[in-house]
Amino acid sequence: MKILVAVKRVVDYNVKVRVKSDKSGVETANIKFSMNPFDEIAVEEAVRLKEAGTATEIVAVSVGPQAATETLRTALAMGADRGILVQTEAEIQPLAVAKILKCLAEKEQPGLVLLGKQAIDDDSNQTGQMLAALLGRPQGTFASKLAVADGSVAVTREVDGGLETVALELPAVVTADLRLNEPRYASLPNIMKAKKKPIETVTPEALGVDVAPRLITLSVEEPAKRQAGIKVADVATLVEKLKSEAKVI
Amino acid sequence: MSVLVLAEHEAGALKPATLNTVAAAVRLGGDVHLLVAGAGVAAVAQVAAQVVGVAKVLVAESEALAHPLAEPLAALIVALAPAYGHILAPATTTGKNVLPRVAALLDVAQVSEIVAVVAPDTFIRPIYAGNALATVRSIDAIKVITVRATGFEPAVASGGAASIEAIAVPGLPGLSRFVEAQLSKSERPELTSARIVISGGRGMQSGDNFHLLESIADKLGAAVGASRAAVDAGFVPNDFQVGQTGKIVAPDLYIAVGISGAIQHLAGMKDSKVIVAINKDEEAPIFQVADYGLVADLFKALPELRQGLS
Ligand SMILES: Cc1cc2nc3c(=O)[nH]c(=O)nc-3n(C[C@H](O)[C@H](O)[C@H](O)COP(=O)(O)OP(=O)(O)OC[C@H]3O[C@@H](n4cnc5c(N)ncnc54)[C@H](O)[C@@H]3O)c2cc1C
Ligand SMILES: Nc1ncnc2c1ncn2[C@@H]1O[C@H](COP(=O)(O)O)[C@@H](O)[C@H]1O
Repeated sequence: MKILVAVKRVVDYNVKVRVKSDKSGVETANIKFSMNPFDEIAVEEAVRLKEAGTATEIVAVSVGPQAATETLRTALAMGADRGILVQTEAEIQPLAVAKILKCLAEKEQPGLVLLGKQAIDDDSNQTGQMLAALLGRPQGTFASKLAVADGSVAVTREVDGGLETVALELPAVVTADLRLNEPRYASLPNIMKAKKKPIETVTPEALGVDVAPRLITLSVEEPAKRQAGIKVADVATLVEKLKSEAKVI
Repeated sequence: MSVLVLAEHEAGALKPATLNTVAAAVRLGGDVHLLVAGAGVAAVAQVAAQVVGVAKVLVAESEALAHPLAEPLAALIVALAPAYGHILAPATTTGKNVLPRVAALLDVAQVSEIVAVVAPDTFIRPIYAGNALATVRSIDAIKVITVRATGFEPAVASGGAASIEAIAVPGLPGLSRFVEAQLSKSERPELTSARIVISGGRGMQSGDNFHLLESIADKLGAAVGASRAAVDAGFVPNDFQVGQTGKIVAPDLYIAVGISGAIQHLAGMKDSKVIVAINKDEEAPIFQVADYGLVADLFKALPELRQGLS
């Protein structure tokens, strides 16, 4: 079984982004970018499935600028076999990413497509669900456990009430949640090896996908700052303040 | 055009986030129709018909809908979609699972987790863990939207008198099958709608120590939450997680105990009315958002707090 895994290049989770003064977006110049953390988890899961003999080949895909090649190299260093960069400088929204992934899935015919549950820049949480819809295949979102067996995959999902398990007919689309696994760090030899693994570059146009945004961003603003609070000396003062000042207990 | 809202329900009751979603729907103009889908949902339909602001309740009865699986539920909503200008669901794990599937089948974008309606085609949504607020306009004919409950005061649950209409359920795909659920049981209020939340972080050191928070929660009628670190360490189940990728809460009072205040955690609680932080490190970032900060060892402070509330 082949696995397709989608990896997005995003502003590193440790960076506290700043809104641009013209309100057109957030400052992205000279800051650290990394693979979306949920996508690292998706790659790790693919590699473990290959190590277990369930998967035979792992193809990593990233949609974005030339620099997204670095993100693909990270996936290759973790254990993916080859990469596909769908190169574009344009703003690409989840529906367009899903359409691109659909094209590639039709070409590659993976048994499983793995994505992160959410990109930590746009916080959309849509792409996997959309891809499953476009492929007419089942979806297992927010996965914390996978078990592949005879043409189906059991996915344990993190839901608001706890955990839920669903069984999906393969091929299926699964999105990774935080507790699915702990991604490995790529070793130096594997980073070196990854440099020799193939990365193919295509464009959305060549795939025939219209990527024009459907959501127009009118402005991006900083949220209201909270008023600075006070430090209280002890628990007794805290209880007193909550009762008579804040009046919340 | 009318607005379709997917109702979320459990054991004959509407989940609270449905009411916030109805409130958002009312802002869009047009009749609000509430879709109650499931098996044996007659009682929920009656409850739904009383929500103020709802004009009609659509009831879809089917064994195939007994669990809110994305594949059949999305197919049902898509069949209803031509009559609507907007389709809304709460930004719960169910809404987030189903609605993007609906959007893609309709070839439209989804607007995720709106916190405000600016105009029927323009919405505000947080991005980058809530460090920025984007105002976006949808150019699609049908707007498919998930609603962050904390952005909207809930609609009034009773006093309305909507009509109830049973709808024909089309053939639904059977690509997925519900196997089992392991749901957390608790006598305490539900995390996302509780008036008071007390959360513990890695500083709690173990799951056993969460009883220190629970005894205070019981005194205050509060829900118990946690940071990702506390969940990852296995102190408490995943459904306790508050944050960018967990639950978003905005109670009247949020008490963070042994939580450092990473941006991903703040994203889930910084809209709370009053924030209290208890942390032994006076430099902890959580103090930057706390109205009342107590620099103390939690193992000393929590028993004192419980005493102080008696
Ligand atoms: C993709 C991604 C998504 C994430 N999503 C979330 C999310 O949704 N929610 C979330 O919470 N995090 C999330 N995180 C994790 C986040 O970055 C932090 O790692 C996490 O919030 C830290 O949890 P903590 O504050 O409990 O632990 P720590 O940062 O380790 O802080 C523990 C605190 O406890 C204090 N402490 C220790 N002992 C005591 C004591 N005896 N008395 C008093 N204070 C004490 C310490 O001073 C410290 O400040 C996410 C991270 C990533 C990469
Ligand atoms: N530009 C992209 N390139 C590759 N994968 C992407 C891209 N955008 C989104 N994805 C995948 O879709 C998941 C969910 O993203 P989103 O729907 O934007 O929150 C991510 O975790 C990735 O796995």
